Amino acid sequence: MFPLIRNLKSRPAFKLSLLMLAILPLLGAGDQSARVSDLGHRMMCVCGCNQILLECNHVGCAYSERMRGELIAAVDRGDNDDLTLQWFVQKYGTTVMAAPTKTGFNRVAWITPYLALALGLTLVIFIIRAWRARPLALPPGAVLPVEGLELERFREQARKETET
Amino acid sequence: MSQIGSFALLLALALSVYSFLAGLAALVRGGPSSERLGETARRAGIAVFAVVVLAGLVLVVAAFQNDFSIAYIYHHSNRDLPAPYKFATLWSGQEGSLLFWSLLLATYGLVLRLRYKTDVRLFAYASVVIAAVQVFFLLVLNFAANPFGVMQGSLPADGTGLNPLLQYPEMVIHPPMLYLGYVGFTVPFAFALAALAMRYPGEKWIHITRRWTMVTWGFLTCGIFLGAHWAYSVLGWGGYWGWDPVENASLMPWLTGTAFLHSVMMQEKRGMLKTWNMWLIFSTFMLSIFGTFLTRSGVVSSVHAFAQSSIGDWFVTFLALIFATCVLFYVKNHAHLRSEHKLESLVSRESSFVFNNLLLLVACFTVLWGTLFPVLSEWVTGTKVTVGAPFFNRVNIPVALLLLLLTALGPLLAWRKTSVESLKRNFMWPAIGALGTGVILTALGMRPWKDISYLYSLMTIMLSVLVGLTVISEFVRGGHVIRRHTGQNLFSSMLQLAHRNTRRYGGYIVHFGVIVIMIGFAGSAFNQEKEQEMGFGDKINIAGYTLVCRSYTQDYNPNYESEWAIFDVYRGDKQIGTLNPERRFYKASQQTSTIPATRSSARDDLYLVYEGQNPQTGRPIIRVHVNPLVMWIWVGVWTMIVGTVVALIPNAVPVRVVAPARMHAQPVGAGD
Repeated sequence: MFPLIRNLKSRPAFKLSLLMLAILPLLGAGDQSARVSDLGHRMMCVCGCNQILLECNHVGCAYSERMRGELIAAVDRGDNDDLTLQWFVQKYGTTVMAAPTKTGFNRVAWITPYLALALGLTLVIFIIRAWRARPLALPPGAVLPVEGLELERFREQARKETET
Repeated sequence: MSQIGSFALLLALALSVYSFLAGLAALVRGGPSSERLGETARRAGIAVFAVVVLAGLVLVVAAFQNDFSIAYIYHHSNRDLPAPYKFATLWSGQEGSLLFWSLLLATYGLVLRLRYKTDVRLFAYASVVIAAVQVFFLLVLNFAANPFGVMQGSLPADGTGLNPLLQYPEMVIHPPMLYLGYVGFTVPFAFALAALAMRYPGEKWIHITRRWTMVTWGFLTCGIFLGAHWAYSVLGWGGYWGWDPVENASLMPWLTGTAFLHSVMMQEKRGMLKTWNMWLIFSTFMLSIFGTFLTRSGVVSSVHAFAQSSIGDWFVTFLALIFATCVLFYVKNHAHLRSEHKLESLVSRESSFVFNNLLLLVACFTVLWGTLFPVLSEWVTGTKVTVGAPFFNRVNIPVALLLLLLTALGPLLAWRKTSVESLKRNFMWPAIGALGTGVILTALGMRPWKDISYLYSLMTIMLSVLVGLTVISEFVRGGHVIRRHTGQNLFSSMLQLAHRNTRRYGGYIVHFGVIVIMIGFAGSAFNQEKEQEMGFGDKINIAGYTLVCRSYTQDYNPNYESEWAIFDVYRGDKQIGTLNPERRFYKASQQTSTIPATRSSARDDLYLVYEGQNPQTGRPIIRVHVNPLVMWIWVGVWTMIVGTVVALIPNAVPVRVVAPARMHAQPVGAGD
């Protein structure tokens, strides 16, 4: 496994592929309407409808139209994403963001599910190991399970007998 | 009317309390002398059904008779409300929906108590648990959320009407389906707790509850997707799932219920995961109650939660009691839950179920965590935050992709142990098919490197193809074996194969439905939308469609006034249809709602919303969405329902195959 990775790392094609993978997500960035769409989907309409800003469909909504105008103006000004979002947070409060930021206590929101997955995986691996190692609780008079070579022999026999 | 209803609720409470206490006393005392007491408890439980049905009927009749002296009817109905929605009044508000909960629980309890001869003692225990849950709901109905409360002061001439968003045909069936799912999990929970309390030997309780659980799970699945379809058809934002707390509340028990349906097979086949299964069904039931609490307590804000009320405290107390009871019996009897077999190999069906359960539970935890994080954040930092779709999508999509991979691998793994060679042999062609799909889609213009959503979309489709091919190969492989021995054609052979092991092949059909749905979800990465003010003759172009505004018109009926836009739809130069998005103004509630117009095809949905008129210019505003592959979601749901029904059909007796000289008779398709 590891020698294979070492060999790959030394190849120019592999390095080029890595470089392309790093660059590719950046292609197409800077498109104004795409930025408005991206940022507009990262914010909520604050009228109380609980909808994403660009999905609020209340005609005459006191907030969404104004907010969309402010967003387009910010993008036209050339403000970067962080600055734009920060401006909205300052004006409308933290609930304007559709997801917690990745700062301060809000980091906990993002880390915890992955932590739960990692802990769960560790626990499952630990349990599986424990299962494989533990002796069985057999009822009195029960026959010990067939294992190892004997089991393989029976499996082979079954396979032969059921093959058509 | 209100007195009859209130009396019925009080009587139902008294009967439930009796059913619970007498049933418990009979079980504790034991012996032949307590049999008659136990029988009276069972009959009291049956009588609860009749009395709660009476209470429900009284409320429905009050709605039809426009009895606005009952506050609930005044707030949720009006004289001109169409008949189906008057019937739906029963579950349209807080108090009525709790009565509906109680009614469904009484119905499930009735079926259980009528089938008690299957296993008298186990059913007696389960009946006591159900009676206890029923006592809780009737306590709430009698003392905290009585649907028969009367109006104070003079009698109003008309009601304030049903929420316009609920006046849609699907809302007549969506809540009952969802509630049948929520309430239905009480039955497997009751059997699990009963089995633990009485140290029930063997896995018979699992066999008894299997059908209950599958039916319940099927109802919950229908309820969730009917809700999604309702959101798509009525809310007018162009989507079907918004990660709203109420939606999340229904998803959580569905995820743990799905995990239970998988892991319970390990207990049936191998006598393993007994403790896990017990807690999984306990958790599923508690999440059903928690979901009900979440939508009624006002603890989180939601578009379609019920009004804030004090009943949240009742639910918290009830949840604490359930948890304490489960822990108590587990601590007392956990030795009874020891596994009978050990795991032999990591590459086995057992392992795949364990990892499947892990992923489903992580998804469930993420939904719970995201739903409650605003409360936690406010508590810790004093600042409230929003946790919406970007969070849930970011965290749950990778988990869903891993689950898809496991769904592909699972059927190829044998119980106990699978050789890597056999896995390679079975996995190679589906994997080649999936990779080929990826290459073709990229060649056709899908650019996964441009946006993470495109990458997820491509991976979802590739993994779905992988799952689909493994499922098809399982059917074809088994079908070929039967064809060789019976001489039937392949399709008949596959039908016979499915009939021999309906649970297994029904499950595969459900998996197939899941991948069709996932492909539908993958389409959302390519949604397009446009909004425009449109007068007569104006055009809008989007995703190859041209929409021409032909005219606007109005209509009236006693319940609402409506405005319609009429659009001709063209693809190229050819007219392919006409769409009429509508906007309604409901007179009684003085509220407006939109009814989008949709033209569905397997490729995409053209979805038009008439948003009203610009207050400045007076010109109508139309929003157009083109949502690719949405129809696949609804087709996938139907496929899942078909799969669930197939899995519920009893197995046909396996045909004994006439063996060649050295072969023994072997039932084909048997085993899971």
